[in-house]
Amino acid sequence: MKKQSILRNGAFQTILASLLCILLGLLTGYIVLLIINPGGAAGAITAILKNFLYYPSKAAAIKYFGTTLVNASALLMCALSVLFAYKVGLFNIGAAGQYVVGAGACLYCALGLKLPWIVCLLAAVLLAALVGGISGALKAYFNVNEVISCIMLNWISLYCVNMLLTTVKEQSTPYTTPLSSGNKAALLPNMGLDKLFSKNEFVTIGLPLAIIMAVVVWVVLEKTKFGYELKATGLNKNAAKYCGMKEQRNVILTMMIAGGLAGFAAGIYYLTGIEQWMVQQTSVPAMGFNGIAAAFLGGLNPIGTIFASYFIQHITSGGTYVDKSMYCAQISDLISAFIIYLCGFVLFFKLWLNRWLDKRDEKAKKGGKA
Amino acid sequence: MVLLIQYTLIFASVLVLVALGGCFSEHSGVINIGLEGIMVMGALGGALMMKYAPAGTPAFLMILLVILASVLVGMIFSLLLGVAAIRFNADQTLVGTALNLLGPAAAVVLVRAVNMAENADNVSSTVAYGQAKKAFLVNIGRFEFNWFMLISLLVLIASYLALYRTRFGLRLMACGEHPQAADSVGINVYVMRYAGVLISGAMGGLGGLVYITAGVSEWKFENGVAGFGFLALAVMIFGQWKPVNIGLAALLFGLFRALSNVYTGFEALKNLNLPSTVYNMFPYIISLIVLVFVSGKSRAPKAEGIPYDKGQR
Repeated sequence: MKKQSILRNGAFQTILASLLCILLGLLTGYIVLLIINPGGAAGAITAILKNFLYYPSKAAAIKYFGTTLVNASALLMCALSVLFAYKVGLFNIGAAGQYVVGAGACLYCALGLKLPWIVCLLAAVLLAALVGGISGALKAYFNVNEVISCIMLNWISLYCVNMLLTTVKEQSTPYTTPLSSGNKAALLPNMGLDKLFSKNEFVTIGLPLAIIMAVVVWVVLEKTKFGYELKATGLNKNAAKYCGMKEQRNVILTMMIAGGLAGFAAGIYYLTGIEQWMVQQTSVPAMGFNGIAAAFLGGLNPIGTIFASYFIQHITSGGTYVDKSMYCAQISDLISAFIIYLCGFVLFFKLWLNRWLDKRDEKAKKGGKA
Repeated sequence: MVLLIQYTLIFASVLVLVALGGCFSEHSGVINIGLEGIMVMGALGGALMMKYAPAGTPAFLMILLVILASVLVGMIFSLLLGVAAIRFNADQTLVGTALNLLGPAAAVVLVRAVNMAENADNVSSTVAYGQAKKAFLVNIGRFEFNWFMLISLLVLIASYLALYRTRFGLRLMACGEHPQAADSVGINVYVMRYAGVLISGAMGGLGGLVYITAGVSEWKFENGVAGFGFLALAVMIFGQWKPVNIGLAALLFGLFRALSNVYTGFEALKNLNLPSTVYNMFPYIISLIVLVFVSGKSRAPKAEGIPYDKGQR
């Protein structure tokens, strides 16, 4: 009987389901690659999985490992934003837009107002929280579906941020001025972390901060009265109200926290100077949407999300190493989108697994009697 | 002015088609957030058909073939939602979102593969179909009439009749209001829900095709359909899930979308000196405001979004 207990374990089932999703997602990606061009499919899928190991020298590999980690830390924050809202019964597809607002706020504070990094980071969090709060307030007071209001805000945010950042862009290019020349004080401090990754100057305190935030989110959701109230509101709004919880306030607060997390993601990403904002962008950055993938792949657990975010970012970065003469980098987006799709089946998978285990137990009992 | 009417009508056609698709799906009890992805896939099917159809194809046959291609691709793609939501009781919002991400990603990968197979240096995600597109257009004076405007109107009338005047439509709506009651009188809820999702796939795919043929003669698939699937959902809510109201709502939203294309033609608007970005934002801002006013007394189908469980009361 002890042997079965591990399959019965909820956490184990979640991990098993996530691994299955990954496996099937990669398989689908491989099949698509085979259809496009059978010759290079095996090479392409290994390139995606190898990512930074593509570089033969150890120093270069470690350096690009650092870059992947910086991306993954921003992704982790977006995933936490989605996760936090989902635990309260809200689907924060607006993480992408809140991330955009965060990027706009921190870059404008850095380049336009020449403020130090801590203020820029705070501005990103606060403004993004405000945008999240709008969706929350619309949901709480006017019963507007948060998915649709979030999507509308995504586009409005994108256009507004493009307009705002046009004022701080370089003269000759559509990109914002790099932080290293525009305002050095706005760069996040490295605290010696860059030395660990072959002098990769983009590795900053953002990395440990993201991990700490994941733990904080877990503690808030699982170990505090506040988190309990939020989750209760998500499970049954009316019951929560009956118990004396302020359900409207809880919905708004949740969306504000979710927005703040997404804004934080933009802060720890753009304030490293790793990327400049392109002010003619016509689509919302994929970071927020990939956050949905990471949150669900992580089994909606903040700690699991850390690993899931890394994996999603690993294959997204890996996508840039596929043979460009045959395939395009978007194959990674396809794989992660398919993984999200498969995550929809997780609940059914667990149900099926438990039923199968029940049947097996029953058979074992009968066999024992006879 | 003629141009404004023309663009309003064509964008309204897109919104009507997609919103009606969403309407059928939601009346059967399945929330279809994935309309955006379905639109992209339908557009892809149509665009590739236009690209590969022989140049001498007669206009009527051309229209038929292209519509068929986008409708079929849209339906097949919507099955991904159908199977997950109906057979496997998946979270419909999650799966719909997955479709929205899957659609554009798959389209870009496919188009790039097609482009690169033709010419190794061509790594763009653009499909050009300037010639074939002419089959849809008839010039009446300065007004460029597009056959899709008529088709959308016919679809609108057909949807109204189908939903309120046929056995099928009434049964479909019963499945979205109270599936257990529908089942008790012998309606197969699963079949009805599949029908709802497939119809939404067909209309969403067609809507995507209309969207990419509105005004331009090539489409860059990296851009997706710029949130039009969601605007259509806003139209559907504004129209309170009723076909006629949806038609009117689509006209209003179409007008605001058209303004961003043609506002330079109006002296009064030009003199306001607003940046073009403001006009681009218009439809999204209007839909937010509209949603605030109509969502409070929403008449959404009662059982939408809830997987059907035979054993439940």
